[in-house]
Amino acid sequence: MNGTLTWRGWLLDPAPVSRRQARLGRWFRAWLAFRRNGLAMTGLFVVSALVLTALAAPLLVDPRAAILQVLTERLQPPSSSHWFGVDELGRDIFARIVFGARTTLIIVALVSAIVTPVGLGIGLAAGYFGSWIDAVLMRITDIFLSFPRLVLALAFAAALGPGIENAVIAIALTTWPPYARLARAETLTHRRSEFIEAAELQGASHLRIIMSQIMPLCLPSVIIRLTLDMAGIILTAAGLGFLGLAAQPPAPEWGAMVSSGRQVLLGQWWVSTIPGIAIFVTSVGFNLLGDGLRDVADSRSS
Amino acid sequence: MIVLEHVTVSYGTGIGRIFAASDVSFRVEEGAAFGLVGESGSGKSTVLRAIAGLIPHAEGRVMLAGREMPMRRSTSERKMVQMVFQDPYGSLHPNQTVDQTLSMPIAIHKLGDSDRRISSVLREVGLGREHRYRYPHQLSGGQRQRVAIARALVLEPRILLLDEPTSALDVSVQAEILNLLARLRQIHGLTLLMVSHDLAVIAHLCERIGVMSNGSLIELTSAEALSSGRVTHSYTRQLLRSNRGFDRSGAEIVDAAS
Repeated sequence: MNGTLTWRGWLLDPAPVSRRQARLGRWFRAWLAFRRNGLAMTGLFVVSALVLTALAAPLLVDPRAAILQVLTERLQPPSSSHWFGVDELGRDIFARIVFGARTTLIIVALVSAIVTPVGLGIGLAAGYFGSWIDAVLMRITDIFLSFPRLVLALAFAAALGPGIENAVIAIALTTWPPYARLARAETLTHRRSEFIEAAELQGASHLRIIMSQIMPLCLPSVIIRLTLDMAGIILTAAGLGFLGLAAQPPAPEWGAMVSSGRQVLLGQWWVSTIPGIAIFVTSVGFNLLGDGLRDVADSRSS
Repeated sequence: MIVLEHVTVSYGTGIGRIFAASDVSFRVEEGAAFGLVGESGSGKSTVLRAIAGLIPHAEGRVMLAGREMPMRRSTSERKMVQMVFQDPYGSLHPNQTVDQTLSMPIAIHKLGDSDRRISSVLREVGLGREHRYRYPHQLSGGQRQRVAIARALVLEPRILLLDEPTSALDVSVQAEILNLLARLRQIHGLTLLMVSHDLAVIAHLCERIGVMSNGSLIELTSAEALSSGRVTHSYTRQLLRSNRGFDRSGAEIVDAAS
């Protein structure tokens, strides 16, 4: 007990004695603010559960169960041996949901890894340099923004051929423009700040100013936006999966699972409904987490 | 140390061209303190920024330490001139600790020995070890301005430009900061150029004073002359009156001038 109290005191010390303590203290204060928000904690719980499920998938269920077809058991309702029932090809839905979490998480992670640097890079460059660079980059952004998202993703996925990698590229291509706009707007609010002028006066290069002064200020809002967009990305991925343009059978993918159960929806509701619930819960979880992060960021800036 | 010859700063071109400062010339000797006074929009901050190299000047020459400054300054030319800004709330990066703020200039100029430099410059501006790892929001206005001064001094410049360094602070803190600047000037032999609308602040720190109005330098005088009221230009007299507080005689002069 005494140990935890000293940790807390060390983290909340108003006069930290090292760079590390100052940074950790800042994170700890943000965490304390975040913890007070019940809904945000629910979101964090859902997202952590998803990540843990994906990581521990082979421990939770037999890896072969996700694609193993036992035709004699097809369309069994949920029971003690098959918690979420069995689909039309005799595969255990629980195992497919667990392994589907991996697919979903991979898509989400890859899309974030593409969208964040592209959006930030374009937005920062446009906002910082202004003039014709801004004009060119923002018109390109406008062109991408003017396409309906799912339709563009569909066109890309159809042109590149179905598969998870192509679905990721298709989703990323349609997701980055709002991030570029967001980063540009944030950059413009800080561009004329005196601390930027001070950095210029010290002889800092453009790259250093952008990376060390402006980017840290844009990053929180981009990350929050990304968390809030996760639901949309998951739904787009599920939509592509539903249309057969993402993961290919027999790989488990929640959207494709919803699709495969639609012929038997009235008789065997669990085949479509359970992956649908998984998509829904994950989307809501990411949304709640994003809301919570935004609240923390707002309270810190005010 | 600082020589300005017919410096003109303008925005826009053709008929829409606006002169923020026109034909400004003065010189400041090494180790001297020069003050620029004038009301808002008189061009005093523009002149300061042109000297700092933050904005380009259209005509004329800016010479620092005997060298004419080009449009794009080199790192060593940057190191020579540093500036303290008006608003201590806006001039420090909100997400960086004092330590980070001070270590960036050291890293840019590859000065090395970062730890010792930072602790010695903090001691010089009257901040203790306990302030080193704080974020700006954990500091008071006066402390922030001390950090801003430390950031300027860490590069060991020869010229320090001060853009109304005390106007955002309350009166008791103002005096502390002015005394600190006076002391630092003595220790380091700094050449100071301060801009302010407050004659009392300028007279406290500077021996020689330039009065600006509508983008031109209209009078060069001394702090001594100013305090005894020996000024020649009517605008300077008016400025002097308005700084002594609002009274009827000041209003009459304004009436007569308009």
